[in-house]
Amino acid sequence: MHVPDGFIDAPVSVAAGAAAAAAVAVSLRGARRELDERTAPLAGLVAAFIFAVQMLNFPVAAGTSGHLLGGALAAILVGPYTGVLCVSVVLLMQGILFADGGLTALGVNITVMAVVTTVVAYAVFRGLVKLLPKKRRSITVSAFVAAVLSVPAAAAAFTLVYAIGGTTDVPIGQVLTAMVGVHVLIGIGEAAITSLTVGAVIAVRPDLVYGARGLTAPLKLRVGGELVDAPAAEPVPVAARSHRKVWLAGLTASLVLAGFVSFYASASPDGLEKVAADKGIDAKAEDHAAADSPLADYSIEGLTDARISGGLAGVIGVGVTVVAGTGVFWAIRRRRTSDTSPSSVPENV
Amino acid sequence: MTPSLEVAGLAFAYPDGHQALFGVDFTVGRGERVALLGPNGAGKTTLVLHLNGILTGGAGTVTVAGLPVGKKHMAQIRRKVGIVFQDPDDQLFMPTVREDVAFGPAAAGLKGPELEARVRTALERVGMEAFGDRPPHHLSFGQRRRVAVATVLAMEPEILVLDEPSSNLDPASRRELADILRSLDVTVLMVTHDLPYALELCPRSLILSEGVIAADGKTGELLSDDELMREHRLELPFGFDPRSVTMGA
Amino acid sequence: MGAGHAHKLYRHGHSPVHALPPHTKLAAVFAFVIVVVSTPREAVWAFGLYALLLASVAYAARVPAGFLLKRLLIEVPFVAFAVLMPFVAQGERVDVLGMSLSVNGLWGAWNVLAKGTLGVAASVLLASTTELRELLLGLQRLKLPPLLVQIASFMIRYGDVITDEMRRMRIARESRGFEARGVRSWGVLAKSAGALFIRSYERGERVHLAMVSRGYAGSMPVIDEVTASRAQWSYALALPFAALVVCLLGWTL
Repeated sequence: MHVPDGFIDAPVSVAAGAAAAAAVAVSLRGARRELDERTAPLAGLVAAFIFAVQMLNFPVAAGTSGHLLGGALAAILVGPYTGVLCVSVVLLMQGILFADGGLTALGVNITVMAVVTTVVAYAVFRGLVKLLPKKRRSITVSAFVAAVLSVPAAAAAFTLVYAIGGTTDVPIGQVLTAMVGVHVLIGIGEAAITSLTVGAVIAVRPDLVYGARGLTAPLKLRVGGELVDAPAAEPVPVAARSHRKVWLAGLTASLVLAGFVSFYASASPDGLEKVAADKGIDAKAEDHAAADSPLADYSIEGLTDARISGGLAGVIGVGVTVVAGTGVFWAIRRRRTSDTSPSSVPENV
Repeated sequence: MTPSLEVAGLAFAYPDGHQALFGVDFTVGRGERVALLGPNGAGKTTLVLHLNGILTGGAGTVTVAGLPVGKKHMAQIRRKVGIVFQDPDDQLFMPTVREDVAFGPAAAGLKGPELEARVRTALERVGMEAFGDRPPHHLSFGQRRRVAVATVLAMEPEILVLDEPSSNLDPASRRELADILRSLDVTVLMVTHDLPYALELCPRSLILSEGVIAADGKTGELLSDDELMREHRLELPFGFDPRSVTMGA
Repeated sequence: MGAGHAHKLYRHGHSPVHALPPHTKLAAVFAFVIVVVSTPREAVWAFGLYALLLASVAYAARVPAGFLLKRLLIEVPFVAFAVLMPFVAQGERVDVLGMSLSVNGLWGAWNVLAKGTLGVAASVLLASTTELRELLLGLQRLKLPPLLVQIASFMIRYGDVITDEMRRMRIARESRGFEARGVRSWGVLAKSAGALFIRSYERGERVHLAMVSRGYAGSMPVIDEVTASRAQWSYALALPFAALVVCLLGWTL
């Protein structure tokens, strides 16, 4: 998923860099407003969490496994500003330390993976939370939908960047179909994990789920034996207004993207091109569905065999992911109905 | 001489309504080493967070070397009260040991050779001067705890407050830390439920129970009072008899 | 684990490259990569010269070729992608071994491979000759927003702590007979991830308390500053300047 050097031409890389810098600057201000002087330690620890959780392997089947990308999770757990910062810092460090993602492509990577993913996920999430009844179940369902949409949205954004500044003349319609198609599959996995994780957090510390603030009953204080309302802790007006803007912008963006997707997807590719597109799918799927822990990437030994065997595994993996993804969605719905009590705290911890 | 620490009528309830302190009173004289004993949930950590003004807003007062703890003198108070937290990983947040020790004095405005000297002295006092350029996570747990003490010593505090200093230490690290604490010329308030450690290091002890000071006296005498101990859920390790131990200074 | 994966990236040494101030190295690598990306792909010889430039830096830094080559494996996923380009790209086609390949696609594949590889190699050289802490100081010196540098610094400091917590959770799971197999285990794994988030966030709150206790009021005190002499700058920038000359030649020839 990390774009290397040379994939996007220099002017577009620079422009994406400027866009990323602007988004990060806005997020820095937003995060500081929300977390004030706690920003550095809290965002730093959340970034470390995102970095770590990307190494958590979720087995799919037949020896393949996927892992979390974490953008949607970050957005829902810590909000869009802090989320953008955390994912950007993770990408920056991956680029500089692990050479994962080119330095000139840093702007593209941050724009696509940190900004688009986080903002789309958060906008969809907040929108759904507002529409759905105020229940915990709604939070996990919204998290699922938000994550499902955020991944192909990022893929579409990447395609857009590629259409403007790609270094090879590949038919954009096909790139889009392949990218979005594959990433819908990846998105289903991402969504299942994200919603399960959000569900696990909300069962134990609902106050820590940023996107679900306002769902909890107001605190009471016992003063001289009587219950009185505790003073509201958050500066509501400022935050609410700016969120609405982000929310609207994000929703519009995702609608526009969705329009693009369906437009191009309807232009179905013909025979030969279809094969090529399928191959494209394999390559991308391998990137994610195969034993793809960042640790494997970063560790020096033990990488090659996973990659090579991943070729075949990737092909199988895609097929299995479709089936598995549907199954998971179904399983979650069943599980959610049977255990929504807060006492179902991770017994495995 | 003004005492290092005076706590008077301190009461505090968390925003969720849970009240942890119900009027705590005690005084720690300059140069004293005092243990604050109490079972889990007695309000020990809540009390500690009041000493440098992280928690405020309840009733009562805390005075450090004659200075009331409050918004007005916060920067000074935080320099005077050095808290060593229980988990050294929380305390050591900078990339290297040296930078971590320098954090406090640098935040207070020290720079250059003066800062260097301060860092060196603090590391020497805990025997970690050879580890300045190491990242904290490359150290053993005992070493990390010692560096955590150094980070606070570098601020030249009026009073050193240690939260469970002996937890998770092996016997050798435990003894080394005790030697270090004994060698320091500073007021110490040690919050612990490690009773033998309190007896070894602190001539005087306070028992905090249900949010008030339930007893205040010589450590040996308190630990020998079986009824008092039982009443406050304090238990000595098997086979340990405080009457048979000769007190260190 | 305490040693951390990040540590493997750095190769301790006392070469002239190690000794350069971190911000000069960061600037040099960044400029070098930009120059490489701006080079026309048809100037095949130029990429050879770039590779030679990097090889000479590696030689000066005493980074063994084997180490460098192993680290290059990180780009394998994109090699796979590049291989597909000749099949999918449009335009004029040629027949190679009975396969119809796009000329444009072949050039595209070459472009991504050459530039991507040079970019990865340059980053690897940077990471293997510069300590983590130094990199952070360098970023700070290059005027990255201080808050961002702080976040990065906390991420680096606690990355190992949190990865280690994750490892202990896995051991605890496995010790009680859990085996991550297939999709059915996702619920359990996600609960671990949720617990890990709570632990991380709560640790962040405790770290903040520890910082406040030592006088933190929103900005980090400046403890170390890195400075570079004019000579060190020119030494570091020799790499991108040499590359720039090659690049300009590539455009004109």
